[in-house]
Amino acid sequence: MTRDRLLALAPSLFAVLALVLWEVLVRALHVPIYLVPGPVAIVGAFLADPLGLLGALLSTLVVTFAALVVACVLGVALALAMAASPWARAAIQPWAVVLQVTPVVAIAPLIIVWVGDPFAALVVCATIVAFFPVFANTAEGLEAPPPALFDLFRLNGAGPLQTLFLLRLPAALHFFLAGLRISGGLSLVGAVVAEFVAGSGGFASGLAYRILEASYRLQIPRMFAALVLLAAAGVAINLGLGWFGRWVLRHRG
Amino acid sequence: MLSIERAGRRFATGTQALDNASLRIEQGDFVALLGPSGCGKTTLLRLIAGLDRPDAGALKWDEGAPKPGEIGFVFQEATLLPWASAAENVFLPLRLRGQRRADTTEAVQHALAQVGLEGFAEARPAALSGGMRMRVSIARATVTRPRLLLMDEPFAALDEFTRHRLQHDLLRLWREIGCTVVFVTHSIYEAAFLARRIVLMTPRPGRIAQEIGSELPLSGERRLLPAYARLVADITTAMQSALASV
Repeated sequence: MTRDRLLALAPSLFAVLALVLWEVLVRALHVPIYLVPGPVAIVGAFLADPLGLLGALLSTLVVTFAALVVACVLGVALALAMAASPWARAAIQPWAVVLQVTPVVAIAPLIIVWVGDPFAALVVCATIVAFFPVFANTAEGLEAPPPALFDLFRLNGAGPLQTLFLLRLPAALHFFLAGLRISGGLSLVGAVVAEFVAGSGGFASGLAYRILEASYRLQIPRMFAALVLLAAAGVAINLGLGWFGRWVLRHRG
Repeated sequence: MLSIERAGRRFATGTQALDNASLRIEQGDFVALLGPSGCGKTTLLRLIAGLDRPDAGALKWDEGAPKPGEIGFVFQEATLLPWASAAENVFLPLRLRGQRRADTTEAVQHALAQVGLEGFAEARPAALSGGMRMRVSIARATVTRPRLLLMDEPFAALDEFTRHRLQHDLLRLWREIGCTVVFVTHSIYEAAFLARRIVLMTPRPGRIAQEIGSELPLSGERRLLPAYARLVADITTAMQSALASV
């Protein structure tokens, strides 16, 4: 086996080693399961109620993707407005930053009160978190072409729509995709945070609520199982969007 | 073709980029604007292109101001669309004027052939060398059959051997197309090799100092001619005295 192959396997080997070590230590030191459960207990907790946990994951993912779609539509629309008019730029930019720096935990209760429908409330919260990267990246990408290319378009009598579709949008594509990848992860974070806040308000279906519920009942292995699912979902979203971005860039023409 | 009369341009920063510049450009001529950085040669080129307006003086076109596509512009960098093939990049100016791909295939192929890129129509810019990218950029500027071709230090970033080849090919192209060329450069050798008329410019504020005509024959190995060496010497002397009096 070559050195490169070994290097590629290193993360998995390390993970297996760490898991074994964890299980051994937990058993050897008699750590109570309500403090730190071992990997075997965590898998056991998942297998005890796989449909309940996966269903909760699905519910969280629905919120996540709904928020991501809304964030993309809003982000691209506002970025386009800023590219079209310096007035829009002056008006939008500072508020976008305000939205970005305000912690969603702080405004989530308000949103949950204002937006009657629980699902919509979660989507709004997650959108607020996911919005900024896709918006800021797209806005930057729309301005990315070198000034000489804008001059070239002017010299050939191009209208604003031609400049948008033949220059600005194609140039913004890989900026948008980079933003989308970041927003995808943030969208999951936003969904989970919103579920935590909403969970105590009585909306019970997402994975975050399962975590809360399990913690109240001191079902620590179940908490861990839910956490592992969340982390796996986050990684999958990140990898999936990265792959999607490369696929789009390869197939544009 | 064009008379520039006492044109001036002062930027918002207070820099007098161009001051009292008068210049006559004849149909079919090859004019080099030569000078050090900050002498206003690019500013003058942008005024001619209509990308900027003079705040003093005027530009008077013999046959009316050029319409879109009647001016070809080659920038310092190739500035191609990185996501489009060479042919699509050359097609761009035609596309912007509402022409369809199918009707212009021949014109695009011809423009690419004229710059020696027959086999590279489908190549993306990233797959081309710096010299080849500049060739695509020149084809993009000539595909509309412009009356006036403006070039802003197009070869400055290329290595010397590539530059020599492109200069040589540009002269051939100019004779083939028969358009007027205004070429900005800070290289005395380049100006002497290419131009029929060399306009010396001096900085702070940007001014036209002197014009020198070239008697070099149009064909042959110009760089080896005694007349080329004399022209370089004449320009060098004139430039030195012009810069000394600034």
